[in-house]
Amino acid sequence: MTNTTSDLLRLTDVSKIYGDLHALDHVDLTVRRGEWVSIVGPSGSGKTTMMNIIGCMDQPTEGTVMLDGRDISKFSGFDLTQVRRETIGLIFQQFHLIPHLTALENVMVAQYYHSMPDETEALAALDRVGLAERATHLPSQLSGGEQQRVCVARALINSPKIVLADEPTGNLDEKNERIVLDIFGQLHAEGTTLIVVTHDAWVASKGQREVRLDHGRIVETTVHDDAGAGGDEPAQSNVVMTGGTDQGE
Amino acid sequence: MFLRMLRGALLRQRSRRLMIIATVALGASVATSMLSVMFSVGDKINQELKAYGANIVVRPQGAAVVQDIYDVDGGDDIQQSYLDEADVPRIKTIFWTYNIVDFAPLLTAQGDVSTAGGTTEDVTVVGTWFNRHLDLADGESVDTGLVNMRGWWTIDGAWPDQEATDQAVVGVTFAQDNGLGIGDPFTLTRDGVTEQMTVSGIVTTGEDVDNQVLTNIAATQDLIAVPDAVGEVEVSALTTPDNDLARKAAKNPASLSVAERETWYCTAYVSSIAYQIEEVIPDSTARAVRQVSESEGTILEKTQLLMVLVTVLSMAGAALAIANLVTANVMERAAQIGLMKAIGARDAAVVGLILTEILIIGLVGGLLGFGVGIGLAQVIGHLVFGSAISILPSVAGIVAALVLLVVLAGSIPAVRFLLRLRPAEVLHGR
Ligand SMILES: Nc1ncnc2c1ncn2[C@@H]1O[C@H](COP(=O)(O)OP(=O)(O)OP(=O)(O)O)[C@@H](O)[C@H]1O
Ligand SMILES: [Mg+2]
Repeated sequence: MTNTTSDLLRLTDVSKIYGDLHALDHVDLTVRRGEWVSIVGPSGSGKTTMMNIIGCMDQPTEGTVMLDGRDISKFSGFDLTQVRRETIGLIFQQFHLIPHLTALENVMVAQYYHSMPDETEALAALDRVGLAERATHLPSQLSGGEQQRVCVARALINSPKIVLADEPTGNLDEKNERIVLDIFGQLHAEGTTLIVVTHDAWVASKGQREVRLDHGRIVETTVHDDAGAGGDEPAQSNVVMTGGTDQGE
Repeated sequence: MFLRMLRGALLRQRSRRLMIIATVALGASVATSMLSVMFSVGDKINQELKAYGANIVVRPQGAAVVQDIYDVDGGDDIQQSYLDEADVPRIKTIFWTYNIVDFAPLLTAQGDVSTAGGTTEDVTVVGTWFNRHLDLADGESVDTGLVNMRGWWTIDGAWPDQEATDQAVVGVTFAQDNGLGIGDPFTLTRDGVTEQMTVSGIVTTGEDVDNQVLTNIAATQDLIAVPDAVGEVEVSALTTPDNDLARKAAKNPASLSVAERETWYCTAYVSSIAYQIEEVIPDSTARAVRQVSESEGTILEKTQLLMVLVTVLSMAGAALAIANLVTANVMERAAQIGLMKAIGARDAAVVGLILTEILIIGLVGGLLGFGVGIGLAQVIGHLVFGSAISILPSVAGIVAALVLLVVLAGSIPAVRFLLRLRPAEVLHGR
């Protein structure tokens, strides 16, 4: 089912409506293969809602979502689970490791639900995030940064086409934030598509493109020139206004 | 991996599971002990009830009919025919001799009693064996008598000596009415026969006997001037509960086929024991005392019903508690379960994992409870019946089925929660 067009993801006129609250309001977004997109915006602007729809954990009220050549907006729960297994790697702000399983086992759970657990491969993934020595530790024995790196290893283990991270560094200090972003940089270099929700301007600046949401609409898209490169200052940017001044609802 | 996940959940979070184990164990132990007691209580209660009197009465052939029809009257005591006291020990020669627990002859007469205070007419005098040591023909010996069969009677003073014809026991009401105390003399008179007696004891029975006089049977025989006369013999026997065969035989032993008869004769039904007693005591009719065995059955049924109720209630209680605990446990792990779903676990896989986990916990609790229950059954056995309770294998089967049922029923709310849980709702902490 691999589609070879350059667009991995295309949201067309997507809305998510709770009662009379438009959590997403006619959103159009296209993400190319290998692109790193940052999503920013105030609290309640619909960032997580959008990530849930892209991550096959929720479905839009209206509109179509093409992921890797398939329209997932009409998929059943069963098929969505299959897409999650094969195509998506998820990273959350609260880590969400299984508390009674070791770091290694937590990575292997993802393999187990994807295909077959492979301890050597899982160890290699932990090694990649610098945690090979901590493989047998329980989450409670790991620092926050280490836990999030285990989550990154878990998200990578099945070589997903797209990694979705909802505020991955929200609970991390600067040092761990850098470690996680370095790994993202490597993934990006390897061609993995990344969508990262963040409140942090510096984290956002790491993406090639920064999409700003407000009241469920895309109000601004910024293209960063030196995407992926290190540096503490937000890079030179090219701002494109899409939502105009009409931000009210 | 499935096993590693199970092992992690079970071994690394033991304290969370202990409450559930304890609950299952509690329910299982109550069920085990109640069911074990219930299944062996039949025998125990039967034995207990044997202490409350006879279940077979042997009478002379002629008298049996008459007394059955006019049973409850204290008037005319003239009995046309009697059994021979010499034949009574032959009861211990029947096929089911070891099932005969106790027996005693009874002879009833009316007489006038004169004390220092005056005379009372038409007092019922009962002659019997109080405590009788018998040396049997086959060299064995038995100790039997009325005292053994009236375990609930209490005596002030002493029962008359085995051979004494001048000692008597008087009922407590009779003693009060006539101002009699232990050691006091009185005379028994009937049709010109007079006997000098001494009160050896005063008995409290809660029955008609409280108004009567009891003597060794020889004294009453003298009073009515019929040597060796026995009005009836009460027999207390351990019996097998009746079945269709026993009921058919009770109606008419002659109606049985040879094979049926063989089976019946060699089973300790009350009817076959009665039949065998008739065989050894000439001109006798032995009857099962229906009333006693029926009340035995009723008491048994009620006791067993009570135990079934206790078992059902305790299991229902356990199911409710488990439902609470398991649901709380699963809710507490909502994020964890949401995560498993998010990374690709299907509903069936998650439910399978959690159910397996609960079933293992239930198994541990069930085994623990079964062990405790066996102990509990023994405690109950010793406290209530003074003997051990045997644990039938079927109890283990029933308890296992009950535990399974209770654990599965208790998991229903948790499973519903699992199925409804949507990862998007639990993974982004709001
Ligand atoms: N299940 C739901 N039912 C009703 N309203 C919801 C639900 N989920 C989200 N919302 C609403 O949709 C809006 C967008 O929520 P969303 O979680 O996408 O915001 P966000 O941009 O991720 O915010 P934050 O930065 O605080 O994480 C909010 O107003 C929220 O209250
Ligand atoms: Mg959010």
